[in-house]
Parts: sequence; structure tokens; C-alpha cells
Amino acid sequence: MWHPVLILSIALAAAFLILLTGERRENLRESWTFIAGGIMLYGLFQLLPGVLNGQILRHSVLNVFPNVDIAFWVDPFGLLFAFIAVGLWIPTSLYSIGYMRPLKEHAQTRYFACFAIAISATVGVAFSANLFTLYLFYELLSLSTYPLVAHHQDAQAREGSRKYLTYLLGTSIGLALPAMILVYGLTGTLTFSEMGVFGGGISAGLQVSLLLLFLFGFAKSGLMPFHSWLPGAMVAPTPVSALLHAVAVVKVGVFSVLRVLTGIFGIDLLAGSHLSTIACIIASITLITASLIALTQDSLKRRLAFSTVGQLAYIILGCSVASIVGVQASMLHIAMHAFGKITLFFCAGAIFVATGKKYISQMVGLGKQMPWTMLAFFIGSLSVIGLPPTGGFISKWYLIMGALDADKVWVVVVYLVSSILNAAYFLPIVYRAFFCSDEDSQYKDEVKEAPLPALIPPLLTASGCLLLFYYHDTLFKLAQLAVGG
Amino acid sequence: MSTQAPVLMIIAPLIASIFITLIGWFRPKFSHPIAVISLLISSIASIQVFQMVLSNGPQQYFLGNWPAPFGIEYVIDHLNSLLLVTISVVATLVALYAKRSVEKELPDKLANYYTLFVLLVTGLLGISITGDAFNLYVLLEIAALTSYALIAFAKGRSLMATFNYVMMGSIGACFYLLGVGYLFIKTGTLNMTNLSQILVSLHMSQAVLVGFVLIILGMWVKMAFFPVHGWLSNAYTYAPTASTCLIAPLMTKVSVYVMIRVMTSVFSTEYVFNHLSWHLVVVAMASVAILVGSMMALSQRDLKKCMTYLVVAEIGYMVGGAWLGNPAGMTGATYHIIADAAMTACLFMAVGCIIYKHGHTSLDTMKGIFRKMPLTMLGFVVGMLSMIGVPPTCGFFSKWYLISGAIEAGQWHFMLALLFSSLVNAIIFFRIIEIGFFGSLGSETPDPHEHQDVAVKEAPLSMVLPMLVVAGALIGIGIYTSDIISLVIQPLISATF
Repeated sequence: MWHPVLILSIALAAAFLILLTGERRENLRESWTFIAGGIMLYGLFQLLPGVLNGQILRHSVLNVFPNVDIAFWVDPFGLLFAFIAVGLWIPTSLYSIGYMRPLKEHAQTRYFACFAIAISATVGVAFSANLFTLYLFYELLSLSTYPLVAHHQDAQAREGSRKYLTYLLGTSIGLALPAMILVYGLTGTLTFSEMGVFGGGISAGLQVSLLLLFLFGFAKSGLMPFHSWLPGAMVAPTPVSALLHAVAVVKVGVFSVLRVLTGIFGIDLLAGSHLSTIACIIASITLITASLIALTQDSLKRRLAFSTVGQLAYIILGCSVASIVGVQASMLHIAMHAFGKITLFFCAGAIFVATGKKYISQMVGLGKQMPWTMLAFFIGSLSVIGLPPTGGFISKWYLIMGALDADKVWVVVVYLVSSILNAAYFLPIVYRAFFCSDEDSQYKDEVKEAPLPALIPPLLTASGCLLLFYYHDTLFKLAQLAVGG
Repeated sequence: MSTQAPVLMIIAPLIASIFITLIGWFRPKFSHPIAVISLLISSIASIQVFQMVLSNGPQQYFLGNWPAPFGIEYVIDHLNSLLLVTISVVATLVALYAKRSVEKELPDKLANYYTLFVLLVTGLLGISITGDAFNLYVLLEIAALTSYALIAFAKGRSLMATFNYVMMGSIGACFYLLGVGYLFIKTGTLNMTNLSQILVSLHMSQAVLVGFVLIILGMWVKMAFFPVHGWLSNAYTYAPTASTCLIAPLMTKVSVYVMIRVMTSVFSTEYVFNHLSWHLVVVAMASVAILVGSMMALSQRDLKKCMTYLVVAEIGYMVGGAWLGNPAGMTGATYHIIADAAMTACLFMAVGCIIYKHGHTSLDTMKGIFRKMPLTMLGFVVGMLSMIGVPPTCGFFSKWYLISGAIEAGQWHFMLALLFSSLVNAIIFFRIIEIGFFGSLGSETPDPHEHQDVAVKEAPLSMVLPMLVVAGALIGIGIYTSDIISLVIQPLISATF
């Protein structure tokens, strides 16, 4: 009875109800988000046992071209992704309340409605059974997040949101769409399958061009040189950055890339040709460059943004090495990074709400005033760096295993170098927040945290990071079922 | 009754035009209801004919029961049956929409206006239904003459624009007539079916070649295909609102239909693509048309004018698709005739609503337009999304087939031109969205709070509703793409390729 279309339409219905309720009854309006989130999460849990037993639910809604439907399936990878998106939507909404109300932001109804539509689109991407359906929801996500990025409606927001759409629409129409039509023209199908769809009849040159078109066409994945929309989009309110630019939007990008690599090309084809190496090189360049740029950023949100660009490249790199373990690890890393990065964004926002500070140089001694926030920040950065006892360690472990499996030792070196860089750009923030002499400290020795709705979510997701270190069996099981199951 | 549906469809607006002139003399108020009723009858008849074609295959109708080569024959096959429905339904919706707009813009000319309005629809329907090459010319002239007048109603700058249009339109019609003359001399018939049978053996004839070229050139002028597009922009921009809404979506599309009809039914794809084999030159011209149209649209500061250049670009889509010389391209072109008719209708109706309330459509003064006219802008957004090609609107699907055709034919420049035009449309669209969000286009600092208390001042319901119906149809056509392709376009493709 639980059904992918039903789940994604719950979020759409919530958006509609939010618009109907309007600005005046804000408590009722926000409760729709939580109700919808709760029901969707329940629905996903209902789908879980079947998927763990190896069943794949398929549902076709409408035929559009010969062999191409608007079709959904509930496969392990999609379910894993849907869990993350919906699961993190709920704390983010709590956080949104804690962030938007004290700052007296305008147009909150539009904000929450667009948020719900974006989640609906994300779930749609997660459950898409073919490339066409995925593309449809991918575009819906770009359009529905535009008002969120442009939220402040000032000159900066105009610039950021212009960049946002130019990059995302430009690449999806200019690169991904022709690639999709090419694939359809060559094979007559767009349905994801573990074996890939090409079946060997495609020339190597064409394969490489398709790979490049897809990798860059889904620019939400932030591969350089199409990454600069992401730091630009940091003009959005922080909860938007948190969910959309650490979880939903960028993860939809890497999810789409992973789907194409595993479901259109197929791991075997990648592993058996130069495609794997080409993708690895592109991802590695992004990985190292982004980490280096992150080091130089003083704005906390911009540093986090470049860190995200780097971490997304981890995920693509993990899949590009084209070993079973590597692909599983990159699926896990989607989850682990989501928890870590959302914690960090929550903290950045909480700091802004409590102190109005945006720059790292202004955060010396901040641990004295906001110990809990900075503790969460510490745990989140551990997870992103990939140190125990956090979930990030698990996925990085498997990422390295995957690279070794594929005999790509240089990829391991890239991972390690980048991890050192990650530590170099995160840990000093924490260190200087807690350990500094009283003269250097810019804050008084008195605890003054952000309001509770802005404080609880980062603590929740931070404990999530810790718990995932111990309890990641289900996630891992899903990843295992998804590839090579 | 239903056996007479083909002729009823044409006769209803024709008779209405006489009644409107007569009655409208004394009671101008009655002219609008008469026009609407006649168009409704036309729509119903066209839907009936469409169903007949779907269930029984192509239909023939002999006017006055004169047999084929001697009398005038109406031929309704899959291709034009859907076009007829599109024309009559869009015309009906525009007629409903026109009421308030015409009352405001031309209060003392109601009777004259609606007489010409229904006559134009008669002409368009006639062009699409007739199976006779000369009859087509006559109807082409009826449609053209009425559209000149409908545009010139606005006075002012529209007079000069109309003069341009009259010049170009007449040249186009002359070319067509000359071409038909050549074919008549060689074959001795004007009936299209007959022509095609005789022409098979005349492929080597120079006279036939000249005839073909003249007909195609004539239609290019009529549809404003680059480089003979110059007349279109001003004519459509300065026309009265209702005229633009009727002429822009239908007139050019019908010309494209005639071109495809001549290419596939009078001549054959074998003749056009294999014997002549300069079709790729035409595709290159189409690419240029798309680029030029898009660039010109991008450089406009006035919304209505911007839309007129988009029409020029869209013509490039259809001509290019039709001349790619493969089934996918032809499918895209024919599907796009329907899709584009709906798309342009939706956009021009939205623009018309803005003109009704706002007076003009200069982009610089459209501050707060989203709050002021939410429903109008909703329709506009849907129309623009279709222009960009965002699924599930119909614009996406035509682009899909056109791009597939371009890839199949190896015409990469055409594919790039299509993608370029999508991106330009996206930029134009987001200019409007930015005006909604940031109040202004320029570099001045926007203030998020200043345009919040704009009161809603929506255009009248009789204008907004028809527009929203068309906007809904954009999504509907998109969703039923596979049916439209398999039921309507596939029979045409399999018959010609």
C-alpha cells in the first residue's frame, strides 16, 4: 500500500497546505511540515522490510515515449537516499523555525512551501526508475529551490540566484539532455539496470563523450569547473544551505551521477575501460582543488561550501573506481557526509543567530559562549574528516578499501591527502574556539546559546554522526543490496 | 449530420461573418456572441471529424458532390484533423478572451472586428482542410487579407507594420500561386492527390522543380522563416491584443502545415530528400533562424516584442525538423505545430492580460507584476516553461524529437541551435522572474520590502480563464504525447517515409 508516488505527493500536499494556511497562523503552518515528514518517514519504514528481503517494487505511471515511462521503483539505493532526505528534513524544519523567527525573516510561507516541494522532488529523484523520470524531478528541484536561494531578494541574492540557475539549468539543458537523447537514440531505453544499457555496441569515443556530458551535465554534483554556483548559493538563509546544499540539492547531483554510472554505464563497463580512470581523474582534481580553496576561506559558510564540493567529489570518486566495495562506500558516504555537513551548517547558523558573526576570524574563544554548539561542530567536523568514533570514518574506510580493490593506489593517496587538508581547515576553528588565552578571546565567559529550536537540531544530528559509527548495519545492508547484492 | 461535419466546420464561421455584419450594424453587442457560437459549432464539428479520422482513417468530402479532379475536395487525414481541432479550439478560446480586450481597445468597431475575426478562422480552417491546391491559394488570401485588417485596426505604428506585412504577404502568395501554375501546366490538375500521382513520373522536370521551389519560397515568406522574417515582429507587436493572440499562434503554424503538406502529400519525401537532396542547406538556414530569433528576442526590452521574436525562432524549429529528412525530425516538426500553437497562444494571452491592466509591457516597469496579477503570471510561467522545454510541458517533447532527429541526421549545428534557444528562453524567463523577486532589472539595489503591499489587480476573468485553459492544455498535450504521436503522427510518418 505504501508507494513511492504516495510518499512524494505527501510532501506536495504539505506544500499546498502551507500555502493555504498562510502567514497568520504560523504554528499551524509549520505543523504541516512535521506531520508530512512524520508520515513520509513512517511510509519509508514500511517499505524497508520488503527491500531488505530483496524485493523491488516497480510502478509505471504514464507512457511518454516508446519504452520510456514516467516510472518509479523502490530499490535499496533509492530508499537509502530517500531516508536521508526525509529524515533530515524534520530536524531542518525545526531548525528553520529557530532560525527564521528570531531573525524575523519575510515570506516564510513561500519559504516553507518551496522547501516541501524541494523535498518532494528529491524523493522523486530517489525513486526514479529511469533517466527520464530522474531528469524531470531534477529540473523540478532546480526550479523549486530558486525562491529559497533568492530568499533575501537583495542585490547579493540576485547575483547568487542568477548563478545558481545559470549553472544548473545551463548544464542540465545543454549537456545532460542531449546525452539522455543520445542514449535513448542508441539503445532505445533509459531504464536503469545493473548491467548498463549499452551492451557493448558503442564506440569508445562516444562512451567517453557521454560520460563527460553526464558528469558535468548534473552540475548539482559540483564537479569543477561547474562548482561555483554552490558557494554563490550560500546567500540563502542557513537552513536552506544546510538541507539543500549539504543534503538535498548536491546529493541529488551525486545521486544522479551514481545512478548513471551504475545504471546506464554499468560498473563492468566502467571497470573494463578507460572510463573509470577518466572519471577518477576529474573527481580527484576537484577533490584536491576544493580542499585547498576551502583552506583560504574566512567566511564560515563559504568554507563549508568548498568542503562540500570536495566531499561530493569523494562520492563520485568512490563510484568511479568501479569496484563493488567502492560503489557501496560512496553510497554510504552520501549518508555519512549528509549527517556531518548538516551539523556543521546548523552550527554556522546557530552562531549567526546568537552572535551575528559569519567569519572564522571572529570566532576565537567562541567555545566559552556556545559550548554545546561548538561541541556539535567538533563532532560534525570529525565525521567529515573521517575520524572515529563518527560515521564518516566508516565510509572513508570502505572508500579506501574500494580503491584498493580496484588496484588504484593513487586514489588512496588522494583520499589521504585530502583528509589531511580536511583536518587542516576544520580543526583550527574548533581548537581556537575552545583553547585560547583570555586576552585573545573575543567572547565573555558566560554561556549564551542560540534559542532551543536552533540548538537541538545540531545536537541531534551530531549524535546521529556518533550513532552511525556503531549502528550502520541497515545502511550498509542497503548499499550491499544495491550493488552486487 | 456528422457526414456534413467537415463542411459545417468551415461554413459556420463563414455564415456568421455575414450575420455579424448585418446584425452588428444595428446591435454591435450581438457580434461577439454570434462569433463565439459559430466558433463553438466549428470546434464541435472539428472534434467530430477528428474522432471519425481516428476510428475510420482519412476522410474525403466532395464539395457540392462534384467528384474529385473537377470539384473541390476536402481531405482530412491524421495530420490535419488534429490541426483543425487546434485551430478551432484556440480560436474559440481567443474569441472568449477577446471580448473585454476588444471592447476596451476598439469600442466602436465591434461588428467589423468580429466579422474579420471569424473570416480569418474560416480561411485558416479552409487552408488546413482543402485538398485542392488552388482552393488553398484562395483561402490563403482570405486569411491574409483579414489578418492585414485585423492588425491595422490598432492604428498608429501598426499601419506601417501592416503595410510591410501586406507587401511581404502578397509576394509570398504570388510565389505560391506561380508555383501552383507551373504544376498545373505540367499536370493539368489542381487536386493534391491527383497531383501527387502524376508528379511521380515528372521528377526530372525542370518546370516541376521551379514550381516546388516557388511554393516553398512562398510559404517561407508567409511563415516568416529567416531571412524573410522582417515583417513579423512589428506586425504582431503593434496589432490589437486579440488579433495578436489569434494570428500569432495560428497563421504561421498553418503556413508550416502547408509546407509539410506540399512536401509529403503533393510531392514525396523521396523527391524532396533523395532527388533534390539540398534539404541539409535548409536545416542550416533553420539553425540560423533559431539563433537570430533567439538573439533578437534576448535584446528586446518589451515583452510583447520579445515574444514575437520567439515565434521567429520557433519557426526555425519546425522548418528545420521537417527538412531533416528523417522520421524523428518530421515527428518533432508536426508535433511542434500543435505544441507551438498552444504555447504561443498561452504566452500572447498572458501578455494581453498585462496590456489590459498595465497598458504596456515594457520590462522596466513591470515591478510587482507577480503580486498584482498572480493568475496571469501563472499562465505565463507555464507557457515559458514549455518554451524552455521543461518536462512535462509539451515544449519538452517536441524538443526531444527534434534533437533526436538532429542527432540521427548528424546535424549537430541544429541540435546546438535548439539547445541554445532553450537556454535563451530560460534567460528571458528568469528576467521576468527576477522582476518578480527583485522588483527591477537594472543594477539599482532591490528592496525586498517595498513591493509587498501591491494590491491584486487581475485582468477580468473572461480573459484569464481562457488563458489558464490553454496553459493547462500545454501540460495535457505533454502528458498525452505518446498517444498523439502514435495515433496521429505515426500514420503520417509511416505513409511518407
